[in-house]
Amino acid sequence: MIGLLRRDLTLAIRAGGGFGLSLAFFLIFTTLVPFGVGPETGILSEIAPGVLWLGALLACLLSLDRIFQLDWEDGTLDLMATSPVPLEGLAAMKALAHWITTGLPLVAAAPVLGLLLNLPGPAYPWLVASLALGTPALSAIGTFGAALTVGIKRGGLLLSLLVLPLYVPTLIFGALCVSRATTGQDPLTPLLLVAGITAGSLALLPFAAAAALRVNLR
Amino acid sequence: MNLRVTDLACARGPAQILAGVSFAVAPGQALILRGPNGAGKTTLLRTLAGLTPPLAGTIEAEPDAIAYAAHADGLKSALTVEENLAFWAAVFGTRDPAPAIEAFHLGPLLQRRAGEMSAGQKRRLSLARLLVTGRPVWCLDEPTVSLDTENVARFAAAVTAHLKGGGSAVIATHIDLGLPAAETLDITRFVSKRLRADDPFAEAMA
Repeated sequence: MIGLLRRDLTLAIRAGGGFGLSLAFFLIFTTLVPFGVGPETGILSEIAPGVLWLGALLACLLSLDRIFQLDWEDGTLDLMATSPVPLEGLAAMKALAHWITTGLPLVAAAPVLGLLLNLPGPAYPWLVASLALGTPALSAIGTFGAALTVGIKRGGLLLSLLVLPLYVPTLIFGALCVSRATTGQDPLTPLLLVAGITAGSLALLPFAAAAALRVNLR
Repeated sequence: MNLRVTDLACARGPAQILAGVSFAVAPGQALILRGPNGAGKTTLLRTLAGLTPPLAGTIEAEPDAIAYAAHADGLKSALTVEENLAFWAAVFGTRDPAPAIEAFHLGPLLQRRAGEMSAGQKRRLSLARLLVTGRPVWCLDEPTVSLDTENVARFAAAVTAHLKGGGSAVIATHIDLGLPAAETLDITRFVSKRLRADDPFAEAMA
């Protein structure tokens, strides 16, 4: 399974797909917001938590359809299904690889982009913490969605429709955590809820993803 | 007995393709599947490999005995030959890829990326994967596609060596590999009668 993770990371670096695309999207999205909303720092700092979380979520969504599609197209998925690695392990490793190539760079970039949106000082640690705890859930949910739609040509739209409603709780509590921190309220409760969602998805969704893969490989 | 199939019925999607398939493959024996295009060779092999659950009947084999090789090569074009083999070696528990490289003469290509190779070279790499799996029963779907005569001979030699070592193979192919202990099974006679009756073309032609 470590070999699988290493292969996926090597492929992501060589093909330049995962790392660059999502991060560039996040960057473009957040830098464009002040142009659309206007440069008033008061408004910007008020909407910054929501914008940053939304940007991260959409950036995550962008690379989801590649999780299983490439392996499906070149036949690797069939061969993996007949290998000693259980499909549950495969799904978990795919989610982890997606998080390392997508979620982790977003977490790292978020404080810099927070600066662009005039995010108030006390909110920075909470922004990083909520994204670090929340993006693994986005990757796990996305892997499940990708497993459901693997093999469907141009399945990206269906994947987005399936996954977006499942992303809503993470978005609500993640953004709430940061915005509470900006106004001096207690941000710990929403953060714990984000952590709970992540723990739940990591525990359950690899099994659901493996079951979906089994059906799709028939 | 490496593999015994009793009264197997296989489906592809919602359609039943084959019914009543029975055969046994002993260690050291190869079974050649014959049948026209679309007869159900791939469906049978996918069922044997465990990708598609059988509709009826049983497949008896040791757990984790079957190595499956499909039409698709399952190679990553951004990885080199060596990295592709090392990945599959890691997946199947670290085995030495040297005999696989030797058997398919991949030595000169080791640092070449799979995306830069010809179809025949990719096929050789894909077949070399079988040796890395170390599994006794090979289920091969048209393994010699895009191989030249020299490499078909290399493949036949690899299968012969595998059989000599107590392994066995089920191979869907249209060419004569010249294997020593090979039986031929024509799967046309197992083609599901239900499918024939439901076939709109058959009705139209009747």
